[in-house]
Amino acid sequence: MRDDKDLSEIRSIIARHKLWDLIFMIIGVFALMIAVLTFMALFAHMLIEGMPRLSWDFFTSFPSRRPGSAGILSAWVGTTLVMLVTAAAAVPMGIGAGIYLEEYAAKNIITEIIEINVTNLAGVPSIIYGLLALSLFVHQFGFGQSILSAGLALALLILPIVIVATREAIRAIPVVIREGAYALGATRWQTVSDHILPYSAAGILTGVIIGLARAIGETAPVITIGALTFIAFLPPSPFQDEFPFLSFEWLMAPFTVMPIQMFNWVSRPEAEFQINAAAAGLVLVVMTLTMNGLAIYLRYRMRKNLKW
Amino acid sequence: MVSDFPADNPRADAPDARYKSEVRNLSFYYGAFSALKNINMMLPEKRVTALIGPSGCGKSTFLRCFNRMHDLYPGNRYVGEIILHPDDVNILSRDVDPIEVRMRISMVFQKPNPFPKSIYENVAYGLRVRGVRQRAKLDEKVEEALRDAALWDEVKDRLNQLAYNLSGGQQQRLCIARALATDPEILLFDEPTSALDPIATASIEELITDLKDKVTILIVTHNMQQAARVSDFTAYMYLGELIEFDVTDTIFIKPKHKQTEDYITGRFG
Amino acid sequence: MHPPVTAQSADAHSRPRSLGYSYRRHLGERFIEGLLFLMAFISVAITLAIVAMLVKESVVFFEQVPLWDFLTDTQWTPLFDDAHYGILPLISGTVVSSAVALLVAIPLGTITAIYLSEFAPFAVREVAKPFLELLGGVPTVVYGYFALLFVTPLLQKIFPELPGFSLLSAGLVMGIMIIPYVSSMAEDAMRAVPMHLREGSYAMGATRFQTAIRVIMPAAFSGIAAAYILGISRAVGETMVVAIAAGMQPNLTWNPMEPAATITAYIVQVSLGDLPHGSIGYQTIFAAGLTLLLLTLTFNIIGHLLRKRYREVY
Repeated sequence: MRDDKDLSEIRSIIARHKLWDLIFMIIGVFALMIAVLTFMALFAHMLIEGMPRLSWDFFTSFPSRRPGSAGILSAWVGTTLVMLVTAAAAVPMGIGAGIYLEEYAAKNIITEIIEINVTNLAGVPSIIYGLLALSLFVHQFGFGQSILSAGLALALLILPIVIVATREAIRAIPVVIREGAYALGATRWQTVSDHILPYSAAGILTGVIIGLARAIGETAPVITIGALTFIAFLPPSPFQDEFPFLSFEWLMAPFTVMPIQMFNWVSRPEAEFQINAAAAGLVLVVMTLTMNGLAIYLRYRMRKNLKW
Repeated sequence: MVSDFPADNPRADAPDARYKSEVRNLSFYYGAFSALKNINMMLPEKRVTALIGPSGCGKSTFLRCFNRMHDLYPGNRYVGEIILHPDDVNILSRDVDPIEVRMRISMVFQKPNPFPKSIYENVAYGLRVRGVRQRAKLDEKVEEALRDAALWDEVKDRLNQLAYNLSGGQQQRLCIARALATDPEILLFDEPTSALDPIATASIEELITDLKDKVTILIVTHNMQQAARVSDFTAYMYLGELIEFDVTDTIFIKPKHKQTEDYITGRFG
Repeated sequence: MHPPVTAQSADAHSRPRSLGYSYRRHLGERFIEGLLFLMAFISVAITLAIVAMLVKESVVFFEQVPLWDFLTDTQWTPLFDDAHYGILPLISGTVVSSAVALLVAIPLGTITAIYLSEFAPFAVREVAKPFLELLGGVPTVVYGYFALLFVTPLLQKIFPELPGFSLLSAGLVMGIMIIPYVSSMAEDAMRAVPMHLREGSYAMGATRFQTAIRVIMPAAFSGIAAAYILGISRAVGETMVVAIAAGMQPNLTWNPMEPAATITAYIVQVSLGDLPHGSIGYQTIFAAGLTLLLLTLTFNIIGHLLRKRYREVY
């Protein structure tokens, strides 16, 4: 049994501890706000600086010595083409690897090595991929400083993201689904292609979008390969008038991409070019944030709709 | 539902029995779901009271009202009162701090849940939370609690070892020691042996019987033999209602309700 | 006695002739499995290629520059006539910028993680987590722009002597950039602490703060440590922010108020120029890259071992 003195002592201790709770709560909100407010400042700064430059001409002009008439035409075309290569290489490879690791791989040393490798690759600095591409694709394979080299370099970079997303999406499918398919006499590949892939498609798509958003914003590896910072022409068109109507000449063309263009303008001492940098940055941020936002929204929808 | 508890004299051979707590018209809601329906019950002091009933009958929910564990999760709502004697305060009242309630009413969980700390620090945790810093007092209290939990002899030479190195039964006794170190007024047990083997279970049961001289005990158990072995009083719950509450022997030998009898004899549940 | 044969099962047309083994089906399955295995094995091939490439080019480099000079020379001027190949100035730039970044990211990341895991109401967490994730998706070149043209001028108002390029400004922005990374990993580790430990602490009358500090953080220790270490690795490997805001001049200094080049910034600087393939200048970036890979690899391995440990406990 407790006497009143004891009780009042306990109450004062509790009051003190609760004060700490409150203090930490405030610090916590504050810490969270620093990251959020910094981003707000960043976005606002670019918006104020760059918005006046954003016009139709900005998207349809080549870079120029005169900052007022410079644009991002070659940059966004380059980014689009590089992303085509990246997606074409990373998506099948990443999904295939993910399927293998989840559905096929036996528990043995090779599987373990592959798994450790994937986590490891995710932590390799992006510029190292640039060095790899410079040595391997540009010189060894002779692809040169081309869209192909850049696209492949970025594909290697986002491969771990696609693999991990695929594995997580597949892992969320309960065993009973597989057992159900096998019990009907399906082979392993039939089970994968008829059930596993369709049911995990949304999750995989989320990972692909996040990976591509990352690739769009990557600068360092593309610089290392030797993307040009000033390029006033477009790569050859992938479409032709004559048979076979498609051309792959563009793969070998020199190029520039959005982040490189922005980097180039940031590095100029003239303030007018930095306004261009702000405008390019704005386009870049809106692009990557839209993609990431789309991925997050997809995942949210999935979590809400899908209850196994 | 009105309790059948003989309010004036719950047990013929214990005329001095007093009440530690009184539950009045207690209902409990998880959101819109009513998990407990108008429960009335007196909790005798320094006795073991067992809560039995089929899964989902609300016995754990009821137990967790006593230390306001439900406050940890949003959307939960209490209606009614649990009066704690001798202060005569309603511990469910909004004016009462759940932290204060938990400092006075301890709990032992279904699965042993020692903290990832040393044996010593586990037992001392409740005291440290209360701001006790003097080493001598901590040492004394830790030893006393470990002795009360019948664990002292097994661990006295390795108090600084990680608690995870203990066996399941030892971990559960450590959790009991942790709960005892702060001199609680009521000790709540939520199926304390369901994760343990029979030998460890026996030692915990023995411990509970020994502890009732010191503290009022409320124990949820899914094991009717256990209720019969350790408790002085037994409450049978079904679908959130308290069906019958009486001296344990009466419940097991001649229950008043057909429903209770069916459950006891295994015809249902 | 035999069971009577039913008409159905006796009907030869409605069932397979035998329960044999289809080699064709089997072969197809094996082919697909092999193909998928190759795709998975590409990740290993990439690693091997990275190591082989860095080592190959670095070997040529070290034939001309003794390893001892590389590690002890205090100047890094490979492109000058009086060439020096000491990695120390690049290391110092990397260490200082990373240290500034971590001084920001570790405290703020930890506090954010504790707040989100143990304090924040459900609604706040549901909004804050995706938002932090979005922040992690902002291209680093944009953060570089922000450091050079927003943070540096701001800092110059407080420290008028701060030059236009500085490790401080780059480090601060890098730190804020890493916060989401550290906090989400640390939060994952804390959320992985089972609920019954939390309940055990609350049942003793502990407050949220006490539970977080005395029970959750020790229980999630290895996971939180992993978050820090992987954060360090991230800071060391970060390129664009330092290349833009810290200048690209190698400078052996421990003072964050000075401009200096990191390993990564140096690689960018060389790549922007036009060095002939096979020249010693070309090979320097691979020697620098090898150093960078060894540094980040060490941190990554420690980080993953720690993460594995907390996953095993629960």
